[in-house]
Amino acid sequence: MDKITTPFCPACHRPGHEGVCQDCQKWEKTNADLLERNVAVFPYNEFNKELVARWKYRGDYALLEAYKAHLQNVWLASGFKGKQILSVPLSSKRLHERGFNQSEAIIVALEEEHISIFERSHSEKQSKRGRKDRMQSENPFRLLHPVTAPVVIVDDIYTTGRTVRHMASLLKKQGCPSISSFTIFR
Amino acid sequence: MFKTVKKYLRKDFSWIPPENPTHNYSYLTGKLLLRHEIPYEDEKVDQLIAQSILIKVTSIESYPWGQRCRRCGNTKSYLFAKMPNATCGQTCLYCRSCIQMGRVIECEPLYYGSSGFEWPLHEHPCQWDGELTIHQQKAADELVALVRTGSGEKLVWAVCGAGKTEILFPALTEALKKGKRICLATPRTDVVRELLPRLQKSFPGVNIQALYGDSPDKVGDAPFIIATTHQLLRFAHAFDVMIIDEVDAFPFHNDVSLHYASERAAKPKASIIYLTATPRKKQKRRIRAKHLPVVFIPQRFHGHPLPVPQLKLTPTLHRFLKKGELPPKVLQQIVYQQQTPRQLLLFLPSIKMAEQMAAYLKERNYKVQSVHAEDSQRAEKIQAFRNKEYRVLITTTILERGVTFPSVDVYVIDAGHVVFDEAALVQIAGRAGRSPDDPTGDVIFYHIGKTDEMLDAVESIRYMNKLGRKL
Ligand SMILES: [Zn+2]
Ligand SMILES: [Zn+2]
Repeated sequence: MDKITTPFCPACHRPGHEGVCQDCQKWEKTNADLLERNVAVFPYNEFNKELVARWKYRGDYALLEAYKAHLQNVWLASGFKGKQILSVPLSSKRLHERGFNQSEAIIVALEEEHISIFERSHSEKQSKRGRKDRMQSENPFRLLHPVTAPVVIVDDIYTTGRTVRHMASLLKKQGCPSISSFTIFR
Repeated sequence: MFKTVKKYLRKDFSWIPPENPTHNYSYLTGKLLLRHEIPYEDEKVDQLIAQSILIKVTSIESYPWGQRCRRCGNTKSYLFAKMPNATCGQTCLYCRSCIQMGRVIECEPLYYGSSGFEWPLHEHPCQWDGELTIHQQKAADELVALVRTGSGEKLVWAVCGAGKTEILFPALTEALKKGKRICLATPRTDVVRELLPRLQKSFPGVNIQALYGDSPDKVGDAPFIIATTHQLLRFAHAFDVMIIDEVDAFPFHNDVSLHYASERAAKPKASIIYLTATPRKKQKRRIRAKHLPVVFIPQRFHGHPLPVPQLKLTPTLHRFLKKGELPPKVLQQIVYQQQTPRQLLLFLPSIKMAEQMAAYLKERNYKVQSVHAEDSQRAEKIQAFRNKEYRVLITTTILERGVTFPSVDVYVIDAGHVVFDEAALVQIAGRAGRSPDDPTGDVIFYHIGKTDEMLDAVESIRYMNKLGRKL
């Protein structure tokens, strides 16, 4: 699998980008300082889309195993180790279909511990909606407990950055000092 | 010893329920499905289970030597994996071998659909008005007899260009008249796509469905199914007549799963027909031992013998190929060939070499295209060659099967390369002389030393021609 190599956006790890990308500049205008940065491991290209389909939608849990070593390397280099790790919740319907939560599967592959303090308030399938729609969508999460330590949210894909920012805004409101994210794909 | 045990157990389908109550669910009949593939609510499914129309079966068998997935037959331990399953709360084993069709996991059953659906009887299903040759008719009669008997197997060993599809028509007609369910399975999607309109035209009143990876039809609820062998993973005890085309071809030839699934897809009492132009050694052994009844069609439908390949020793071949060039002798032959009206099919061992050769000949002002398996322009390039828009088509072994052109010479460059096994070489040689208007063609194997595969291919072609003369 291709790895993300330089150059990439320092804020979100978008591959093939010198300096801060347009997406990130836009976020700075609308929701400044919500997310410190995102670190991603692999580019979300056509080949990897196939892999994700097999892993998430067909449910081949063990697929991650082959990429574990590189995943752990990037994780150690990210400087996120030591922060409180948060998982992204899945709707119960989807969890039942898939049998596993992809965010938690990644945390297992990183050999780390996490807490799950979010709940999904409604369960519309995100990929079915347009990008613009997604940016303006309501917050689909509920925060169950506040955290006062720096955190890192672990998820599979950073597409628009909306998902992690939804979570970040709830955390911020409850006094969380610093929020970053770590995703396999960007 | 474990190997023998495994082998012995491979043929065991006793877990498929023998009772098959009649019902009206054509979609369920003879299927092996995951829960989410059944388009009904739980309540309805429970009701079908109570009626034994659906029967839950264990999805993964456990043995002292390991496991087996009942959908794909996988027994390789490295193709099973464990996952913490949020649904049942346990760590469960699942099959990675057939995961592309959805996950088979040990804690969830498979659902077998009773094969008790009654298919319509077709009084005069066949509208084909062509005529069979004497040899075709003889084979066709034997297949009709096999379908009438209702069980047993037969291999149809037909030379390239024998017209094997038409040979099936009388047997298909017989089966459809009796309301039997038919499956024609082939390893290649191209063939399924090509066969569907042909068969629909010849059997206009019959519901025929084509199933392959991205086929528009997905359901598989017809009395006559044309499918890639992969699609058989969703069938169990479904078919009365099972036809397996190109038994010798990749991936069927070497894929244990596909053999497992095709055996399971046939009913315990079924007529099984194998079609091939190039039987593998294993099948030839079974033929010689009289374990596998065979019917030969040693002559092409136009009655002319198969072109016998000429083997031409070319010691400098590799030296020139390394530079992306051809030895002068070979180039001369092409120059000479290009003055005849025939087009030229040039086979090379690899995509890289095929592309190099195309560039090399283009430099010399020949109208050339190269095509390979992953080529997105493949269909267009082949069609353009058929329209005689250019003169030389350079390709790798992908073109060996199925694709036919009326009037070509065929040269194989480096015929001793491992990719050219006996079956491939026989198939390649079989591209020449397909049309009754030009029933011959030069087949030349350029090599740096004869291989057994080359000699076996020539012998096999000679043998069929000999049988053909006797008729
Ligand atoms: Zn960015
Ligand atoms: Zn399987």
